[in-house]
Amino acid sequence: MQLEYFQLVDRVEELDKKKGRIECSAAVPMKSTIFEGHFPDYPILPGVLLIEAMAQCSGFMLLSLESFERLPFLLQVEKAKLRTFVQPGEELRVIGTLVHQGSGYAVTRGEVLREGKSIADSELRFRVMAFPTEKLKQRVRERAEEVGLRPAGT
Amino acid sequence: MTTSQNTFDVVADIIADTSSIERDKITADSHTINDLGIDSLDFLDITFAVDKKFGIKMPVEQWMEDVNEGRASADDFFIMTNLVGKIEELIAAKS
Repeated sequence: MQLEYFQLVDRVEELDKKKGRIECSAAVPMKSTIFEGHFPDYPILPGVLLIEAMAQCSGFMLLSLESFERLPFLLQVEKAKLRTFVQPGEELRVIGTLVHQGSGYAVTRGEVLREGKSIADSELRFRVMAFPTEKLKQRVRERAEEVGLRPAGT
Repeated sequence: MTTSQNTFDVVADIIADTSSIERDKITADSHTINDLGIDSLDFLDITFAVDKKFGIKMPVEQWMEDVNEGRASADDFFIMTNLVGKIEELIAAKS
């Protein structure tokens, strides 16, 4: 995770487009300015960032399902459960499962695991639409490559 | 266009549940946007619920494109009786 850059997943470890399932790794950094305020002398990862990690993980799957031609935007978070505190230095697995791919929207189930145990989950709904700018499209493709999702130049 | 009362009731119930609209206010002539005040986020909820309920994929993007390019009127898709008719066409096409 690079919290200051809002990059909440580090690597796409597995992607099965047929099954509609993605698994990403995400290591919580030891230090971040976020921990200075959340909370002083008791650093824990804000729960909203766990939700964002689930959204980004699912988002990479949806990008791939859309052949990188359209971008998913988080629209709705349903029944989010944040079951425990997450502290600096912890290694997380983030999983996204496709629930439904509709016309212009998609629904996924997100889950965060720590040492194999589920610590957060939510249903996530996305609006899927054309990239608003070509520059953003290029940057998202580059970011996807950085996390190992898309072979360079393809 | 005629629509079966059963499909109409299912769709109207979904709209009432997802958008907190009194069920009695949803009639065959209701315009989902202009009369019922359903916004795009609520309409997405309704679309998802209808897709799931009937095992279909409402082509809302195509509908909007048709409206934006003048091939159809918004009334063709968003007045209840027409919306239910489109849904029944999709159900029939599935089987």
